[in-house]
Amino acid sequence: MQVSSMHFKRQASANLGNEKLQHALEKLQTKFVDGRAAAIAELPNFEELRSAAVEIRDRTLHRLDAYLVRFEQAASARGAVVHWAESAADVNRLVVEIARQHGVRKAIKSKSMVTEECALNDYLTNNGVEVLETDLGEYILQLAQEPPSHIVAPVVHKSKEDIADLFEKKHGRVRTTQIAALCREAREVLRPGFLAADLGISGANFIVAETGSVLIVTNEGNGRLTTTLPRVHIAITGIEKVVPTLEDATTLLRLLPRSATGQSITNYVSILTGVKGPNESDGPEHFHIILLDNGRSRLLGSELQAMLRCIRCGACMNHCPVYQNIGGHAYGWVYPGPMGSVLTPNFVGLENALDLPNASTFCGECAVVCPVKIPLPDLMRHLRRRQFERRLRSWPERVALRSWSWLAQRPRLYAIGTRIIARVLRIFAGGKNNLRFIPGLSAWTKDRNMPAPAGRTFRDLYRSRHRQ
Amino acid sequence: MSARENILTRIGNACASSAAVDIEKLIRSRQRGPIPPMEDDLTKRFSAQALRLASDVERAATLREVPGVIAAYLRVHRLLMQGVCWPALASYDWRNAGLDVQARAACADDMLGITGAFLGIAETGTLMLLSGALTPATVSLLPETHIAVLEKQRIVASMEDAWQQLRAEHGELPRAVNFISGPSRTADIEQTVTLGAHGPYRVLIIIVDG
Repeated sequence: MQVSSMHFKRQASANLGNEKLQHALEKLQTKFVDGRAAAIAELPNFEELRSAAVEIRDRTLHRLDAYLVRFEQAASARGAVVHWAESAADVNRLVVEIARQHGVRKAIKSKSMVTEECALNDYLTNNGVEVLETDLGEYILQLAQEPPSHIVAPVVHKSKEDIADLFEKKHGRVRTTQIAALCREAREVLRPGFLAADLGISGANFIVAETGSVLIVTNEGNGRLTTTLPRVHIAITGIEKVVPTLEDATTLLRLLPRSATGQSITNYVSILTGVKGPNESDGPEHFHIILLDNGRSRLLGSELQAMLRCIRCGACMNHCPVYQNIGGHAYGWVYPGPMGSVLTPNFVGLENALDLPNASTFCGECAVVCPVKIPLPDLMRHLRRRQFERRLRSWPERVALRSWSWLAQRPRLYAIGTRIIARVLRIFAGGKNNLRFIPGLSAWTKDRNMPAPAGRTFRDLYRSRHRQ
Repeated sequence: MSARENILTRIGNACASSAAVDIEKLIRSRQRGPIPPMEDDLTKRFSAQALRLASDVERAATLREVPGVIAAYLRVHRLLMQGVCWPALASYDWRNAGLDVQARAACADDMLGITGAFLGIAETGTLMLLSGALTPATVSLLPETHIAVLEKQRIVASMEDAWQQLRAEHGELPRAVNFISGPSRTADIEQTVTLGAHGPYRVLIIIVDG
């Protein structure tokens, strides 16, 4: 996917003024935020589950190499072929090679964010493999030639009217804005695609080291069709998705749909192991699994390692006041919201995503709702520090931060300094409660007021009250 | 060096754990995570949860009654009295109940698919189906109506119990284990839940007592 994270500010401003998008984003809040809250309230042992999930993810990351090799052995023993890919380009090359090897012309896909990382669809099309997205949201985006704006609800930025226009134009049928009718139309249009395809491409929510299985959760059933009907199946996933046992996967499954959409379980959970048996009528004859690194191993052993616990539920973005107002496209790459603000700089380079770790109010809600307790604000703070250390911030910002740091480490001077600043600002406010302009900080005060200091500094107040 | 070696070397260097962990031992321990508390009556729990997730639930006293229950359901919903069933269910007396049912894998045009179920999971009201020569996965997937026959004693509390039973009865996993919790659905358009996406529009579970 084309990176546009460097244009974050411009994209965010445009989206803030987009009335249709603002209306669409409101739905996310009522359905997903409220849905999650209700689902969690029903689970008396939710916190216990979260802790167990963290333990599973950390235990696996601790010996990730051993679990991946164990997975490879188990999957191979059942007739699957495991491939390793260092980069997005490796994945694309492997998929086309596999397609050629099996004489594939037509492919269908179920939703996979990893293949968005690779921009696989464009590559396949350019190499003579026709590819059709089958998740309703992804299908709509393929017709509209747009990237997803949410990792669970990819088409959250579109209204049913937008989709009705698109379907009328592309399908040539009578226009309808009834949601059930639109879904029926997509089903009818896509069914022949499922039946004609010789290759199914899916992601994986988890892969299981014990059994060599790929686990996929879907609601629409397109994941099942994609992995049942075509004679070749390729599952593409990140190396961090491995879990030791079916029991471990089950614990994570109790958290994933509840955190994502508020469902107790997704409609379908499929555990796929090996190829079709000699007397079986369905299932793929060839099963390929591609394990992608693409920068993930770089996070391992770093301050950002906790990010590899992520199970891609989207709760952090659903609850983020920044995401709720600017939508996913503003972030400029595959993964939006707080998790994206941590992941994107790792994938596309810190210098190409300067605004992302700063696109946060640090309200902390993302860490509160994360089912695997990723300390997202801490990780963003760490990226801010890296930006400072690598001199990627502007020089006035660096000078200001360095001066503040110098002052803050000298308590007496700090007390005097803040006392003077408070007094000056009070005089500057001229008796009003708010400062509308501060010399040198006009960029900040352009869009908001600064509360005028009320009187004495906190330290002075604290000291005098302590004395009483 | 191959991509595999590069990746594993990088991970190995990053993990560099001092204590050697015996992952085989950890895997074999199959430690369970916390399981949500639930009532003792598993059948009641299963039915209530299945209904919540928009499955229909009917009861039958014996397996012989199943074709009649299905015929009545199809009549009430004004559905065609014909379809396919798992080859494993070929011995049911469908014709006597007025049903035209063929025992084979499903095609795109079949409107009704009848399956059994390996187990039912009470926690979430979920069916667990195993693929196989006599239990093709297409039957629960392609038709617009899916009817599953579930014997009451095959309802277990949790997915963990289901794994234990699967290992005990089959040893290894079949090609596909499918957990099904109601009709296929999507909420992609305006986050509005709509039943019947790419899979069945309706799921009927018949719980058989005897």
